[in-house]
Amino acid sequence: MIRISGPSSAAALRRLAGPLPDVRKASVRQLRDARGNWLDEALVLWFAGPRSATGEDCAEIHCHGGRAVVRAIERALEQDCGLRRAEAGEFTRRAFLNRRMDLLEAEALGDMLAAETELQRAVLASAARGAASGEVSRWREAILSASAAVEQELDFSDDDEEGVAPPSVWRNAIGDVVGEIGAWLAVPSADRLRDGLRIVLAGPPNSGKSSLFNALLSEAAAIVSPIAGTTRDAIERPVAIEGVPFVLVDTAGLRSEGAEEIEAIGIARAEAELARADLVLWLGPEGDGPAGAIEVGSMIDLPDAARKAPPALQVSALSGEGLAALMAALAEYGRERLPRPGQVAISRRQRELLGQAQVALQAAGQEPDPLLAGEALRQARHAMDAMLGTVATEDMLDTLFGRFCIGK
Amino acid sequence: MQHYPIIVIGGGHAGVEAACVAARMGVQVALVTMDAGKIGAMSCNPAIGGLGKGHLVREVDAFDGVLGTAADAGAIHYRMLNRSKGSAVWGPRVQADRRLFGAAVRRVVADEPTLDVIEGEVAGLRIEGGRVRGVALADDTVLACEAAILCTGTFLGGVLFRGEERFEGGRIGEGGAAVLAAQLREAALPLSRLKTGTPPRLDGRTIDWARLAEQASDQEQWTMSPLTGRRANPQTFCAITRTNAQCHEIIRANLTRSPLYSGAIDARGPRYCPSIEDKIDRFGDRDGHQIFLEPEGLDTPLVYPNGISTSLPVDVQERFLQAIDGLERVRIAEPGYAVEYDHVDPRSLDRWLQMRSLGGLYCAGQINGTTGYEEAAAQGLVAGLHAAALVLERDPPALDRANSYMAVMVDDLTLHGVSEPYRMLTARAEYRLRLRANNASTRLTPLAIGVGCVSDRRQKWFERREKARSDVTAALNVEMSPSQMRRLGFAATDDTGKQVLSDWSRFPGIDLPELVRAGLVPRETHPGLHDEIGEDLHYAPYVARQDAELRELRANERFALAEDFPFGEVPGLSNEMIERLAAARPDSLAQASRVPGITPAAMAALLVFARKFEGRDAA
Ligand SMILES: Cc1cc2nc3c(=O)[nH]c(=O)nc-3n(C[C@H](O)[C@H](O)[C@H](O)COP(=O)(O)OP(=O)(O)OC[C@H]3O[C@@H](n4cnc5c(N)ncnc54)[C@H](O)[C@@H]3O)c2cc1C
Repeated sequence: MIRISGPSSAAALRRLAGPLPDVRKASVRQLRDARGNWLDEALVLWFAGPRSATGEDCAEIHCHGGRAVVRAIERALEQDCGLRRAEAGEFTRRAFLNRRMDLLEAEALGDMLAAETELQRAVLASAARGAASGEVSRWREAILSASAAVEQELDFSDDDEEGVAPPSVWRNAIGDVVGEIGAWLAVPSADRLRDGLRIVLAGPPNSGKSSLFNALLSEAAAIVSPIAGTTRDAIERPVAIEGVPFVLVDTAGLRSEGAEEIEAIGIARAEAELARADLVLWLGPEGDGPAGAIEVGSMIDLPDAARKAPPALQVSALSGEGLAALMAALAEYGRERLPRPGQVAISRRQRELLGQAQVALQAAGQEPDPLLAGEALRQARHAMDAMLGTVATEDMLDTLFGRFCIGK
Repeated sequence: MQHYPIIVIGGGHAGVEAACVAARMGVQVALVTMDAGKIGAMSCNPAIGGLGKGHLVREVDAFDGVLGTAADAGAIHYRMLNRSKGSAVWGPRVQADRRLFGAAVRRVVADEPTLDVIEGEVAGLRIEGGRVRGVALADDTVLACEAAILCTGTFLGGVLFRGEERFEGGRIGEGGAAVLAAQLREAALPLSRLKTGTPPRLDGRTIDWARLAEQASDQEQWTMSPLTGRRANPQTFCAITRTNAQCHEIIRANLTRSPLYSGAIDARGPRYCPSIEDKIDRFGDRDGHQIFLEPEGLDTPLVYPNGISTSLPVDVQERFLQAIDGLERVRIAEPGYAVEYDHVDPRSLDRWLQMRSLGGLYCAGQINGTTGYEEAAAQGLVAGLHAAALVLERDPPALDRANSYMAVMVDDLTLHGVSEPYRMLTARAEYRLRLRANNASTRLTPLAIGVGCVSDRRQKWFERREKARSDVTAALNVEMSPSQMRRLGFAATDDTGKQVLSDWSRFPGIDLPELVRAGLVPRETHPGLHDEIGEDLHYAPYVARQDAELRELRANERFALAEDFPFGEVPGLSNEMIERLAAARPDSLAQASRVPGITPAAMAALLVFARKFEGRDAA
C-alpha cells in the first residue's frame, strides 16, 4: 500500500488513476504513468483533509503487484507528480501537528501506517482507538494515588491521625500495576511487529542452512519492507507465513571462505544475530545449539543424515519433505508471541519508558523508607508523564488534598 | 521630594525580609507601614517553621535573613516534626513568644543603617511611562523610587467575618487598605479573592491542664539558625486535646450561621487547612479532631488552639469549645474569624515576582495568594534581592527548582497561579532529597555571598564550616583495605577489597560516628555538619539517578522564551495548550515543560518554533 499525504494528493491521484473517487470509498482503478503505460490495477481511496489520518488531504493506493510494480508507481509519483518519499515518521508527525491524535495514539498509528500484515493491522488498530491510552491512564491513576498515600504519610501523619491507608494497600495496587506492565513488556514491541519476528537459521558450515533458507523463501510470501534499511544484509529476508511477519536470517551468509579475519568477523556477526533472534532453528548436531533453539534435522533426503529425536522437525530442502510442517510450526510460534487482536503493541520508546516505570515501581514497592518510596514513585510518574505527556505533581496534590487536612 | 531606590510597602514578614535584604546589600530602602509597632506581628499562630515551612526558614536564614534568628530569639518550644522519617522531610518548628519575636524583628530592622521605617498608609502608586516612580501616602506625602515592593498581606480589600458580623480590615483591630486596593483594581492588575481563618484565642488560666496530655520541647539542642548558638528562653510545653461527638453536634447544628456556609464568603480557602466547620462537614465520619494547645508567650496567659480555625458566631464558638475535654470552663480572649481579601494573580509576575505589565513593581507575600509567615518571608527575600541587584547592577543569584524550595514556590506561583491559598509542602519539591532543611547553608550561602547580602559574621562562619567540611570529605576519601579496617575493630571481609572510607561507611556497623570514634574522621566542629555529610552519602545513589533529569532541566532553563513569544503561532499546539501557555507565560523551555498539559511532543514543537522565532528576531 502506498499512502500519499499533502496538498498535491488530489492532483497526483487524478493523474495516476483518473477522476477522484468519492471520499472514503474504495474503488478499483487502472493506474497509468504520464506516458500512458499501464502500471497496475489497484484499489484507491481518497480522504479529504482535515478528516484524514494526517489531517491533510490523503490518498491510498492498494496495489496488487510485487516489488517492481510498487517501484514503478513510486517512480511515476515522483517524476510525474513531483512527490517525494516520506521521511521516517513523517506521517505521524504531520498527523500530530495537525492535532489528529494524542502522543500515544500518534505512536501507535505511526506504527500502523508502517504495518504490513492483517494481524499487525488488527492489533495496532486497537491501540489507535485509545485502548492503550486507557490502560496507561489507569496505571497512572494507581501511581498517583500511591504517591498521595506516601506523601500523606510523609507530610502529615505527625500532626493528624487522619485516615492513612495502611501501606500494604498502595503496595498491593502498585504490585498489580507492575504485573500488568510486565505483561505489556512481554509482548514483542510494535517495532518488532512491524519488522517481523527474527528467525535465525544456525548450524556449522554445510549443515544445510542456505538450502533451507531458500526453500522457506520460495514457499513463503515475500514482504516488501516499507522501511529502507530493514533489510540490511543479503542474508536476511522479510517473509509472511500464514499472515505472521518474520525476518528470516541465514547465518551462513556471514561466513565466507578465505581470509581468517573475515571468518572472525563472520562469527562475531553470527553471534550477534543469535543474540537478537526471537527464535533459532538449529541445524547442527543435536544438543549443540544455543539454549531455546528448535532442533531441525536437515537434509533428511541424504541416506547418511543423522536423524534427530522428536520433537525435532525433519526437513529436506531438496524434496520439500517436512517443509509444510516446519512452516506451520513457525506460524504457530509467531501467533503465540505476537499480540492478539485487542492486545496492545508498544513502540521502542514506550517500552523504554514503561520499563523505567516498572523498575521504579518495583523499587517503590519494596522500599521501607517512605521518603525513598516517594522518590521511586516520582520517577515512575516522570516516566508515565513522558509517555502520556502530562505533568503529574499537581494531579498528585489534588489526590492528596482530596482526603485529609493538616495543621502544622 | 524624598527619593529611595527601593520602597517596601507593608511591614509584615514579606516586607521585613524584602527591606532588610536590600539594606544588607547597601541600598537605601524605605519601609512604609501602617503601624511601626506592629512590625514582626504574627497574625495567626505564634509558630515559625513546620513541614516544608521549616525548609523555607532555613533558606531565608542561609541568605542571612531575619526570620530564623528572630524565631530563635522568641522560641519557647522546639519540635522537629517528622523526625521518624528521612531527614529530607524533617520540619523544624518553633513556637515563639509573640512579644520576644516581634521585638527581635524590630531590632534587626532598626539596626540596618540604610533602612528607614516610615509610618503611614500607602494610598497609591505613582505610575509614569508604564513604570512605578513613587508612592503616595494617605497624608499626601509622596516618595520617589525606582522599585516598589508590595507586601500588604491580607489588607487589600480585607473583610473580616465572624458569624453574622462583618468588619473591614486586614487583621482584627487594624484597618484595611481600601484606597490602595481600589487603585490597583483601576490599574487593571489581575486581582481575585481568597479567604483564610484563625481560631479563637483562649485564656490559659481557664484551661484544666492537669487533664491533658503534654508535649514537651525537643531535648536535642538544635536551633532555627545555625548562627544562634544556643537557645535563649526557658522552654514551655503544649497540650493535646480533641474534639468529640457533642462538640461536632453543636457545630453541625449551627453550620448555617457560619459565613462559609451561609454563602457570605465564596472565596476559596485552603483545602489542606480547613476550618473546624469544614472538617466536620467534609470528614463527617470522624469522631474527633486533634487540637494542640499552644502557649502564646512566657508572660501571657493567651493560648492558641491549633486545628480549630472558625468563623462561627462567638456564642457557638464558646459552646463547642466548652464541650471539649479540659476546656469545660474555658474563656475566649479573642474570638476566631475568617478574612476574605484581594490577592494578585501571581501568573502576572515574572520569576523574580516583578509585575510583567508594570516595570518596577514587585509583589511578595500573602498578596500573591500564599499563606504563612515562611512563604511570605521567602518571597520578600526573592523580590528584595532582585530589586537590589538591579539597582546595584549585579546578577541576581541563580535559583532553580533543584537548589531551593524558594524557587519551587515562586515557580509554582508564577506558572500555575493559585486556586486556594498556597502552602509549602515537601511534596511540591521534586528534588527534595537534595533540598534538606539541614543543608540550606551549603546549598545557598555561596549564592548569598556572591550577591553580597551576607554579613561578615555569617561569611566567616560559613568559610570555617566549609573548611571543616572539606577536612571531613578528604578524610572520607582515604582508601582502606579490609585488613586495615579489621585492625581498627570493624567487621570487614576480604571480598570487598580496598575502598574509600565513604564507601565503607555504607556497611553495617560502620557509620560516620563510628569512623570518628576510630579516629579516621575529624570530630564535629559545627553542629549538624556530620549529619549533613552522612545524609549526602546515604542519598548519593538516589540523587545520582536524577542527574540526567537535572541536566535536561538546566539546559531547558537556559533556553529562554522571549516575553512576547507568540504561543498561538506554534504549529501543533492545541487551543487548550496555547491558552495555558499564554496565561502562564513561561520564560524558558524548562518552565514551559512544567505548565500542566504540555506534552513532550508539544515541547518539541515549541523548541523548533523557538529556534525559528529567534532567527526571525535576529533577521
Ligand atoms: C485571620 C488570619 C488567619 C491566618 N491563618 C493562617 C494559618 O492558618 N496558617 C498560616 O500559615 N498562615 C495564616 N495566616 C497568614 C499569615 O499571617 C500570613 O500569611 C503572613 O503574615 C503574611 O505575611 P505578609 O508579609 O504577606 O503580610 P502581613 O503579615 O499581613 O503584613 C502586611 C503588612 O502590611 C501593612 N500594610 C497593608 N497595607 C498597607 C498600606 N496600604 N500601607 C502601609 N502598610 C500597609 C500592614 O499594616 C501589615 O503590617 C493568617 C492570617 C490571618 C490574617
